[in-house]
Amino acid sequence: MDFVTGIALKQTVEVSNQNIVYHTEDLNLWYGQTHALKNINLPIYEKEVTAIIGPSGCGKSTFLKTLNRMVELVQGVQTSGIIHYRERNILDKTFKVEELRTKVGMVFQKPNPFPKSIYDNVAYGPKIHGIKSKKILDQIVEKSLKGAAIWDEVKDRLKENAYGLSGGQQQRLCIARALAIEPDVILMDEPTSALDPKSTLKVEELIQELKKDYSIVIVTHNMQQAARISDRTAFMLNGELIEFKDTDTIFSTPEDKRTEDYITGRFG
Amino acid sequence: MVGREQFDQELLAVKDKVIQLARSSRRQLEQSVEALYRADVNLAKRVIKADEQLDEMDLSINEAAILLIARQQPVATDLRKLIVAIRISTDLERMADNAKNIARSAIRLGEDHQLTIHSSLADMRDVAFKMIDLAIDAYYKEDIKLAKQLSELDDLIDNMFSQVLEEMLHMSASNPQKIQLIMQMAFSARYIERFGDHLTNIAENVMYLVKGETFDLNE
Repeated sequence: MDFVTGIALKQTVEVSNQNIVYHTEDLNLWYGQTHALKNINLPIYEKEVTAIIGPSGCGKSTFLKTLNRMVELVQGVQTSGIIHYRERNILDKTFKVEELRTKVGMVFQKPNPFPKSIYDNVAYGPKIHGIKSKKILDQIVEKSLKGAAIWDEVKDRLKENAYGLSGGQQQRLCIARALAIEPDVILMDEPTSALDPKSTLKVEELIQELKKDYSIVIVTHNMQQAARISDRTAFMLNGELIEFKDTDTIFSTPEDKRTEDYITGRFG
Repeated sequence: MVGREQFDQELLAVKDKVIQLARSSRRQLEQSVEALYRADVNLAKRVIKADEQLDEMDLSINEAAILLIARQQPVATDLRKLIVAIRISTDLERMADNAKNIARSAIRLGEDHQLTIHSSLADMRDVAFKMIDLAIDAYYKEDIKLAKQLSELDDLIDNMFSQVLEEMLHMSASNPQKIQLIMQMAFSARYIERFGDHLTNIAENVMYLVKGETFDLNE
């Protein structure tokens, strides 16, 4: 594999035995005249947590939304470059976005359950993908809720409205909903920024569990969170990828002065 | 743009305290060796008493650094600055303990011992002084080159100690009645030599602070 930046190259040499889920090549993105992503070359490794950090407006959420092509929903967006997902270019016109949606789940900043029962929230995805059997749906719901570490709290009230759950529970329900389609990758856009510290800790522990089975990309404003839960960290600034390394290195001996200044709170 | 002026000032305050402790340890060495040469038991007692203050300074550096770690959750260089302050402070406090031990030897020798204190002890002390000054400078400026010079001076102090020890062995063989006194002098040389080891640790910590990697200058 051939990367443009030296940093990315070093990364591949270090972990050549690991599978790559995503790999962007010279990815550029414009919102109208605004150049929001500039030549991003970033691999995402399988069954790891990759954190993307950077100040507001650096392009981290935009980057995340290119990985499931959700960014296309914004008017006037233009992209160039390649996003390899499992060796296929998802930016290719022939690639069907629906296919990507069954492989890539997403969890948002604010929990956004449907105004339906807890059960229906989780069963929704599998149902639209054609699963009709009540028995199979029951199994999926139980497995997903267990996977999201919320089963014990809701198993006796599956028919109740999801809005009755606390914020932290709602977020774990949304994670269960993402798990129900048995995705390959889970994208998380500041998944704990609306949660209290205890719920945050629960979701963080859950992420550690989930990475055994899934590849996770998380955008976070909380640097301690990135340090706590991720295996690798990418630091972005003004649409550029400044540094991408294993998290231990980023938070102990970052190479770039801008990374050091950001993680030590000197700007941003 | 949000800076961290308050935190930066607090980091500097910790650094100042460490440098202050280094200067105090230097003074303790100076006075303990002086007490030895002048057979001044009172001065030796004052050195022992003053050591309590240095212990307190070490404690206060530790507390300040731990509080900053807890409150500011520093990472990267900021975190290393605090960890290194704690480590260096420990070495400085132990250096001061060695000065206290020299003062104890001075008390054991007493005021009428009639023994000529070997001139090499003063020479070793001077090398230790040079090392302390260099260590303070290296730490203050975060300068690796200065830190590396310390290991060379440590080799010098080690050699001086070996030589002085040999001479004292001969001396005790020809003056068996003075063996207890000569031993106190040999101990004191050993305590000065220990300064060199602690100062080498400090040099390693300055290098860790700057580079983020662990070095062993004793290799």
